[in-house]
Amino acid sequence: MKNLLSITDLDRDDLETMLSLSEDFLHVTERDIPKVPALQGKVVVSLFYEDSTRTRISFETAAKRLSCDVMSFSVGSSSVNKGEGLRDTVQTIAAMGVDAVVVRHSAAGAPNRVASWIDASIINAGDGSHEHPTQALLDLLTLRRKRGSDLSGLRVAIVGDIVHSRVARSLVLGLDAVGAHTTLVAPPTLLPDSLEGWPVDVTHDLDSLLPELDVLYLLRIQRERQSASRLPSLREYTARWGLTVERASRLKPDTLVMHPGPMNRGVEIAAEVAEGPASLIKEQVTNGVAVRMAVLYTLLGSGGTVA
Amino acid sequence: MADASGAAQHHDELAAPEGGRFSFRAKVFEADDLRRAHTRIAHEIVERNHGAADLVLIGLYTRGVAVAHRIAEAINDFEHVDVPVGAMDVAFYRDDIALRPVQPLGPTEVPVDVSERTVVLVDDVLFTGRTVRAALDALTALGRPRAVQLAVLVDRGHRELPIRADYVGKNLPTKVAEDVRVRLVETDGDGDSIELWGPA
Repeated sequence: MKNLLSITDLDRDDLETMLSLSEDFLHVTERDIPKVPALQGKVVVSLFYEDSTRTRISFETAAKRLSCDVMSFSVGSSSVNKGEGLRDTVQTIAAMGVDAVVVRHSAAGAPNRVASWIDASIINAGDGSHEHPTQALLDLLTLRRKRGSDLSGLRVAIVGDIVHSRVARSLVLGLDAVGAHTTLVAPPTLLPDSLEGWPVDVTHDLDSLLPELDVLYLLRIQRERQSASRLPSLREYTARWGLTVERASRLKPDTLVMHPGPMNRGVEIAAEVAEGPASLIKEQVTNGVAVRMAVLYTLLGSGGTVA
Repeated sequence: MADASGAAQHHDELAAPEGGRFSFRAKVFEADDLRRAHTRIAHEIVERNHGAADLVLIGLYTRGVAVAHRIAEAINDFEHVDVPVGAMDVAFYRDDIALRPVQPLGPTEVPVDVSERTVVLVDDVLFTGRTVRAALDALTALGRPRAVQLAVLVDRGHRELPIRADYVGKNLPTKVAEDVRVRLVETDGDGDSIELWGPA
């Protein structure tokens, strides 16, 4: 396996291997010295054309804990501001000798293009509204650590801005691969025009689902991607689709609450719920580093057992 | 002769790089030999260290962990001291990560702080020494032991690094292409044995 561009690059067995390896790296990150020399001498570049806090730092932390050298590219301080195109930028970086490039870009498919231009391993860290495979992996790892390695039959609702969400797309595919049952919940305007081929149920009514859910996964309302017509007022959104304290009280006692961050507190999730005992939001971040270590190790080592 | 098909299924993860068919060559240890070997090693460890205080045994996955527990039990039998036993995985410290699929075999768990203690690393077979080299690095991440010693059931020669065992069950001259197959009740199910296999 050379690149991770889509969660579908991993079949069910590969997912199992990757998640199990992630648990091994979670052990490493819990040690006093959370660093191993496994990928000494490998060079990883993070190439982020969109803003990011957690994903970028998570990848860079993961690479450093594997003893990689990390180069960080910020659009704000780069020659992109002089008009350099993606292809030139990528080929310039590749010419310096790099082993992996972590790409985030606002255009769907940008990481695939980058992979066709250079020899380094490419990891998709989010491309437009398309995919975010390491987020899906860390969400699956988080569920697995709470519910055991068999996630089949788990009832999951993904709520919110589905149409703009690369997180939702990757997660739906990942959940399907492990046999979980997913329902998408959103206002009609925040659903894609066609969901043909998506292995999901769809509803606009969150309230009727609440009592039967094992996992409630809230998406961020992506204000930066909204055109005015799609979103009702934030107040109206919260009233019908937000996880308020009152709604949280109607969940089963063991329902898990997740959010990929960053949160709009008080919009899609109430602060009290985000900080509450059902919330796995902090674990998601912690697990993200371990998952990204597993991905880097698999791509830059000899490939592990993942084909 | 040994049951060739059964042993082949339990082929060691590091063995038989060329693929090819292997056939049985010789029985190296029966179960009783193995018991005597680890009992002797237990005595030697206690003798060399003037007792069993401040010792910690760390087995290397997979079979080294089982051997470490056996040595600790033997020490407890005659010395009445509970020597702490840890387990170590060296995958992320190996020098051949880029050359072959290297996957961890289990979590590294050492129940005590190794600093100011004497650590005895325990493995089943000593061959090139590369696993032990990786283990020494992995140990550094856990603390600064007062001393590190090495115990193995079989030393089969062909070292590629300046590493030597302090306690050896049996020195076994082998050819590089041959394969030493260790089976232990804890890890392989049926009875204990060590056999030498070679290319057919």
